Formats: sequence, C-alpha cells, structure tokens
Amino acid sequence: MSAAAFTGSEVTDIDAAKVRGAGSNVHFDKVVVAYGAHVVLHPLTLDIAPGEILAMIGPSGSGKTTALRAVAGFVRPRSGRIRIGATDVTDLPPYERGLGMVVQNYALFPHMRVEDNVAFGLRAQGADKALIGERVKDALATVGMATFARRYPRELSGGQQQRVAIARALAVRPRVLLLDEPLSALDAQIRRNMVEEIARLHRSLPGLTILYVTHDQTEALTLADKIAIMRDGRVCSHGPTTELYRRPPNRFTAEFLGRANLLPVTVAEAAGPKGFATARHGDAVLTSAGRDEKAGDKSLLCIRPQHLSLTADSEHTNRIVGTLREVHWQGELTHLVLDVDGTPVRVSATKLPMALPEPGTKVPLFFAPADTSLLPEDAGV
Amino acid sequence: MLVWSRSGRLIIWVIFALIFGVLFLAPLAVILLSSLADQWNGVLPNGLTTEHYADVAKGAAWNAVKASLVTGFAASALALVSGTWAALSLRLQGPALKRLLGPLFFIPSAVPSVSVGLGLLVAFSHPPLLLNGTIAIVMIAHFVLISAFTFGNVSAGLARLSPDFEQVASSLGARPAYRLWHVTLPLLAPYLVAAFGLSFALSMGELGATVMVYPPGWVTLPVSIFSLTDRGDIFAGAALTMILVAATLVLLLGLERITARATGS
Repeated sequence: MSAAAFTGSEVTDIDAAKVRGAGSNVHFDKVVVAYGAHVVLHPLTLDIAPGEILAMIGPSGSGKTTALRAVAGFVRPRSGRIRIGATDVTDLPPYERGLGMVVQNYALFPHMRVEDNVAFGLRAQGADKALIGERVKDALATVGMATFARRYPRELSGGQQQRVAIARALAVRPRVLLLDEPLSALDAQIRRNMVEEIARLHRSLPGLTILYVTHDQTEALTLADKIAIMRDGRVCSHGPTTELYRRPPNRFTAEFLGRANLLPVTVAEAAGPKGFATARHGDAVLTSAGRDEKAGDKSLLCIRPQHLSLTADSEHTNRIVGTLREVHWQGELTHLVLDVDGTPVRVSATKLPMALPEPGTKVPLFFAPADTSLLPEDAGV
Repeated sequence: MLVWSRSGRLIIWVIFALIFGVLFLAPLAVILLSSLADQWNGVLPNGLTTEHYADVAKGAAWNAVKASLVTGFAASALALVSGTWAALSLRLQGPALKRLLGPLFFIPSAVPSVSVGLGLLVAFSHPPLLLNGTIAIVMIAHFVLISAFTFGNVSAGLARLSPDFEQVASSLGARPAYRLWHVTLPLLAPYLVAAFGLSFALSMGELGATVMVYPPGWVTLPVSIFSLTDRGDIFAGAALTMILVAATLVLLLGLERITARATGS
C-alpha cells in the first residue's frame, strides 16, 4: 500500500505498512490518580479503539495530561487498571509499554543528529543495524524530513523539529502514539499546517491508535475520530467528534467545543417523528432538533455563532431579535455580539449586509432548525 | 541594556576596570613580577630574571606539579562521580528528604579546611582505617572539600533539565541505564565539565587540609609555595605560584573548549 508522505519539499511515496504500528485499543478501567489527598483524575473509564484518534481536550488542570501520562507510565494510578491491547500495563515500567510519545517542546536530544534521534528507540531496544537504517529512512520519509537526516535539532525550525519528533515516535512502531499538546509551541500558521499534516499522516497509517491531548478545539475537531472533554478530573462528555459538536450533551461541552450560544427556552412540543421539537423563547416560537424533552421542560437551545444569519431564507426559518452590542472585524470573519433578552449571543459571519447596523439597534437573527439542538438546562456538568 | 547613555556606560566600565584591576589583577601582577624579580627594594623590581624558574625547576617543583595534578584529577573525578550519583539519587526522593539531605551535602564546604584535615588525621590514624602518611588521605581530604561544589553544580544542571527528555526516552523503550548513559549524562555534560573544572581548580589551590595530612614525597604545589615563602624565599614561591596558575589555567581552558564542543556553542 502506497501512501503520500507529509507535504513539504520532498514528498515521497512510501510503503505505509513499513511504518504502521500494530494499532491496539487502550482501555481505562476506573483509573484514579491522586497526589496525597488531591484527586486529579476521578474514576476514568474510557476506550480508544484500534486505529482511532481520541482527542482529550479541556481547560488547564482538567486531568487530560494526567490521563495520558498514566498510559505512558509516568503516573501511577491509585486504583483502576490500564490495558493496551490484551496487556494490562498498569504495573509495567514505561519502557516496556510499546508506546511512542511526542511532547509539546519536541524533546529532541540536542546532542544527536536527526537520524540518531529517530534511531534512538530502536537502538535502545537492541534492534539490528540494518533494520534501524531501514526504519529510520522510512520514518523520516513519512514526515518529509529525509534530507535533514544529518542535521542537528538546533539547525531545524520548530515545525521541522516536531516532524522529527513524530518520526522518532513512529520508528519504534508503537502500539499507541501519545501526543501531548504537540503543536502548542508552534506559531499559528505552522500549527494549522501541522494539523493538516498529522491528519494526512493518520490517513496513511490508519492502524495507528492515537491519544491526542490538547487544549485547542480546532486541533481536536480536525483530527479526532472521537473527543473526550475533561473537566475537573472527570470526562464530562465523550463521543464521535461530529456528534459531540452538533449535539453537545451538556452546557460545558457546548461552550467549550465551538463556543455555542445557549438560549434558554421552554419546550412547547416534544420532538415528533422527524426529530424536531418546538420551543419558546419569549415571544419567539423556535423549531429545533430535539431529543427526549417533554412539553414544559426548561431547556437550552444550542446554536453555533456561524449558523446565525442576519438575512432570512427558506432554510433559516427561526427568528429571534437582539440588540447589537459589539462588532469585531477580523478580516475573513466578522464577529457580532448581541443581547437577546439578557443572553449574550455571538454571531460569526463571512458575509454581512453592506450597511452594518449601528451598535444599540435591534437586529433580527435567523437560523435553521437543523443547525440547533436542545440540551437540558440542568446538565451544566 | 541597563545603562543607556554613553557617558554612563563609560563610568561603569571605569569602575569595573578599577575594581578588577585593584582586587584581581594587581595581586597577580605582583606575584608575576616577584617571580621575575632580580631584587625588589623599591616600588618596582630592580631587574628582571628567569633564574627563580630555573631554580624551582631544578628542585622539587615538577614533583609538586605532578602531585597537585594527580591529586586534583583523582579527587575531582571521584567528586564528580559521587556528586553526580548523589544529585541523581536525591532527585528521585520526596521533597522532605530532599530538604533534609540537600543541605547536608554542602556541610563540608562550610567547615574550615584545617578542621577537615585535623578530622581526617584523627579518624584515619588507627587501624583498621590507618591512612595517615599515605597519598590516599590527601586525596580524601581534597575529595571531602570539593565534593559539595560538584554536587551543587550537577544538581543545578539537573534542575534545568526538562523531564521530557528522559520520559520520551523511556517511552521509546530505553531502560534506566541506557537512558542515563545516552540521554541524561550527555545533556548534563556542560554541568559535569564545569563541576570538574571548579573542583580541579579548588583542589589545585588547596592548602589548609593538605598541610595537615600530606606524607613525605607527596608535596603539592600550594604546600611547596607555603614552605618556600615561610622560609623567606618569596621569589621562588612566586615562580612556583605562576606555574600553579599556568597549569590550572591550561586545564580550565581545555575544559572550556570541551564544554563548547559539547553544547555546540
């Protein structure tokens, strides 16, 4: 099977199977991590399927890095078990777990050339010279860094260093690749490129299981098959990326993943056979994708800023009115902040009317029922 | 830049030159001139000669150089190994033990060297630890006095070392010994070289403890210098001092080059 390598000046077709690790599932079984009396990871039960990218996202201190470090073996769970494939790795030292790890600051060994960095894991495991040479070549080709093999890390840019770090992790054919905020140290432009390149890499290595820890929702949304959102040491939601984005199960998920607007509503009619419910917000009667709400339930209507429009059309049949408070122009996007009956509502628009209303004026907003969802008001988690 | 004005910078430079010149260069210059002085009755020597160098070279000077170099190397190497070991071990301990043991390692540096010499003399003068009158007791004295500096340097290096390097190495399958040899120690190399250099320089100049414990036939440079000046042979003592300074300087410059290569600077 041939796969295109990372983009770059030296795109190479390589045999993807050569660098593909035998992907394994990862299973957290009621894993608790605590430092003294301070519990940083409450019982965590979670599965990562073979070949899946699971992104763990959450604010600082939410426990996402602790969960990754528990898989890596750098944090010992107080209770619970961690399995990788069929192996219970809870009591195994890090060097016996068969993982690859990439960290935020790359951690390339500065005294070694690129090729020696990539060969490090194989040499440490006692692989023979011919195999090391072949694997190093393949891994560097995969990330488009073959021509940089003789350089030292200090002679590379941040993005290049991160590619080498990924190649180093891939060279040992890990059962699971752990990525701990791997792009946080890069500037915005390079980060965007690297996200696309990691996505491309995973397409060429579909068997590789990846646990990706980040605080950046764009990285998570772009890369992950599934997302686990962490808060205060607990998983507050977990599911397929698109599902979690389109139908967030609770307020925290809705606000953390894509900064959704949450409009308090009262359910007027439960969802019918087509899955749409009717809800009231003040005088406005709105149609929204529903779950199992009953008439009279207090609920939150979730609508993303980019799904709100200042102009009506056949799809955008829901209408609310807000008072324009702020306008922020950001080139390709314009962000508006409106006050809708005391609830701040954000709008992100690529196209705006020629004459933008002045702050303080009443502005109608339109949105499509299919772009909304209802979530229970008390599911704040 | 702390001082922006040109005149301000000039004043700072003059103050620096005065302090450096008076406190650091002047004593060295006097020793250098003394080592070359034919006679010295006025402000400056009456004439210059290399005779004192020739005299000390004919005497026991080279034995003293050899004794100092061997003692410095051996004690510094031993201090480097044990200081590194101690720093690496202490890093793995809990905060309470670290707080307790960390300062303990520095105690030898706070004890007067004469007291260290006396302590060793008393401790090692009876069987089964009868080391009095041996070269080993000189090495031990130097080791005791310099080990704190080695420990301090390596600990400072370890504190600056990101745990990511070792953790990534472990995750890639490197066992602790392989990781130590291929990752930790190379990354600590600049600190190890600096620690060795400092230990060596301290050992080369050590007198207080050495004068208490040195056996006949193992007279270090500082002890020789002390003997010469004590006998009133100031010029020969100065010549020997310059040899000590030169030997130490050559070694430290060599170590600096090694450090520069290791760090790629």
